[in-house]
Formats: sequence, C-alpha cells, structure tokens
Amino acid sequence: MTVLDVTDATFADEVLKSDIPVLVDYWADWCAPCRQIAPIIDELARTYEGRVKFVKVDTNANPVTPADQLVRGLPTLQLFVNGEVVESLQGAKPKTVIVKALQEHI
Amino acid sequence: MSEVREVIIVGSGPAGWTAAVYAARANLTPLVIEGEIEGGGALMNTTEVENFPGFPEGIMGPDLMANMRQQAERFGAEILTEDATELELTGEIKTVKVGDAEYRSKTVILATGSGYRRLGLPDEDRLSGRGVSWCATCDGFFFRDKPIAVVGGGDSAIEEATFLSRFGESVTVIHRRDELRASAIMAERAKNDPKIDFAWNSQVVAINGEQQVESVTLEDTVTGERRDLPVNGLFIAIGHDPRSELVKGQVDLDDEGYVLVEGRSTRTNLPGVFACGDLVDHTYRQAITAAGTGCQAALDAEKYLMRLAD
Repeated sequence: MTVLDVTDATFADEVLKSDIPVLVDYWADWCAPCRQIAPIIDELARTYEGRVKFVKVDTNANPVTPADQLVRGLPTLQLFVNGEVVESLQGAKPKTVIVKALQEHI
Repeated sequence: MSEVREVIIVGSGPAGWTAAVYAARANLTPLVIEGEIEGGGALMNTTEVENFPGFPEGIMGPDLMANMRQQAERFGAEILTEDATELELTGEIKTVKVGDAEYRSKTVILATGSGYRRLGLPDEDRLSGRGVSWCATCDGFFFRDKPIAVVGGGDSAIEEATFLSRFGESVTVIHRRDELRASAIMAERAKNDPKIDFAWNSQVVAINGEQQVESVTLEDTVTGERRDLPVNGLFIAIGHDPRSELVKGQVDLDDEGYVLVEGRSTRTNLPGVFACGDLVDHTYRQAITAAGTGCQAALDAEKYLMRLAD
C-alpha cells in the first residue's frame, strides 16, 4: 500500500476517525531531512499494511492541519490512535526509533 | 565469521565518498556505512553550493553528494544504508557493528563529520519541533508574521536570519559578543535589514512555553541582567561538534572531541585507523577540504595495507 496524501479537507475522516492507528508524516518539498526519511516511511507502510495506516501531509499546501496539531518543525511524525496523538517524533529519526514507537501501540 | 575486508569507511559526506572513490579505484572494494538518514552528511541540508570547484554555475548540495556516491559505486564501492552502532578498533582486525550484523576489516576510515551544537538547556528537547529548530529552510514558514530569534553570530546564523526575515514579523539575532563573527558582506546585509534586530552580549538561559515556544530568557553577558524576549520561533546556529562518540575511549581526541591525527596525515593513534573530514577539522570545514582529507585517508590506508602485505 502506498502512503496516502491527506489534505486539510480529508484529515478528520482519514486520520481522526480511522479504525486503525494512523502514522502521519508532515513534510514540505524544501525540507531535505523529509526526503531522507521518505523511503523509510514507504517501507514501513508495506511492512505494517492492514495494521497501521500511513498518510502524509504537505504542510505547504495544507497549513491548517499542522497548526491544529501544533506542528512547528519538519519532518514531524505523529501516531494517532482513536483520534488522539499517542507518539510524536520530531526530526529525521532512524527506522528503529519509528518501529519502536509503532510497536508500542499495535 | 565474516570475511576480513580491506577497508571500511564510516560516514558519507564529501570526505567519506572521496575516500571511497580512491579506495575503490585502488581495487580495495571499500564498504561504506553511509548512515540510515544522515547519508550525504551536512551538505544534504544545504541548497546551492557555489564554491565547490568544477561547477561554474554552482550545484545543489544533495546533487553533489549523489554524484560522489555514484562515482564511488561506479568503481566498486559497496554501500550499506545503515548506521554503525559499535566499533572495535584496537586489534589488528577491526570490527564494525551495524545493529546485529558484524563486519571485519584491516583498516577503518572514520568520516562521521559533525552535528549541530545544542544550547544544552533543559527545555530544548521538549520544545524541539515546537518552535526550537536547527533548520531555517525547513521550518521558517511556520513562523509567518511571528516574532523569531536566531542564536549565533557566524555566517550560518546571519544567513538564517536574513532568510527568516522573509517570513517573520521580526528577527532578533542573539549573540553573546558585541560584534558578529560573520563575513563583512553578510553582516552588512543583516544590519541593513529593517526586520532584523540584534541582542548583543546576550545568551539564552531558558526557553519558555507549555505547548510551544512563547519566549526566551536572555542574560546579559556583561551585567548579568535578565529579560524575557517574546518569540515563537528559536533557530539555533551556534556551530557544530564533531561526531566522535562512537570512537571515544579508543581513538585519541582533543579537548573539543575532534579526532587527533598525526602531522599532516590522517593516521590516528591506532594502526590501521584513519580519520578525515569535519571529524578532525577545527579550522576549515569546507566540502572541498573534507574531500581532500578523504583522499588522503584512502591513500594512507592503501599504504598501510601494502606494508601489512610485505
């Protein structure tokens, strides 16, 4: 499964109302560390298919969602369970750290 | 037991890749542990590089690194996109651990570069990504029409301040001295920018805010007087520290944590272990000087291997 693009308009439906945990990747095209973690996110999306939903938010095109979720730095990863943020990772983190955050909530 | 390789290179900035190109062309089939997310090193977070010779129109930092990587691969370098987690460098055969895997080699070239220096304040981590940032180009736009501060007085601090003045309502440069270290042309540009102010002789002693940065507490380095400066974005540009934690205790370091090398060579105190790039360089820290010492490290390693074979 690929990583779904989510917008300000679809964030509530796709993330907050999701039945399974959702990992949100906040990015922007000028953010070099965002590009560095993108392949890790793609790989994890395949590994956790069916158990965790992976989405990304282009923060440049969608300013409302990052403001609502208090995102002030890129890249940021947030894990939502039942509409609540249970993990928030700031900056480019290695795969092992992201996996550990996921494992605690699935 | 895994095979014993000729050369393992830890790190993948201009130093690591240049070492890899030279070692590969010498038929040493180097293994490059490029790092899982830091691959390419500091230049991956830059935009246009205008001072790397050979590119009259300039080149984007990430493109330059991709080219070097490709060049190393072309001559047979093997690349591992993971982080080295433990090094055992004292014996004749060195061991590099990457998670559960273990690689053995007769020589190791250290090229792990440097990382952003932190202020060392208790709330710095908690508010990182909540207003505290090390990347103006990444995060500047979150602070549109908001008050911003930049800590530092060198070229990178002034470059960030000038960049951030496009977004912020105001930009305050916080510097612990009363004059900038930045180059004259950049300092002049900043001083003439109506949006940029300076807090001279000041250091940040606290970062305040519950959910996000609301203000910083400054202390006057002369009088000791304290005041609060309301800001939502705090960009830290106070330089870099060498990333030598992995080799601490085995390889000799100087007081600031840089790896010590012998004379003009790249030889460390341990036979078969060489160091290059920002990891050893207090002074120049340029892409081209890092590449130069990367080349030296590969040649030094090659010479060492030839002696071993005799």
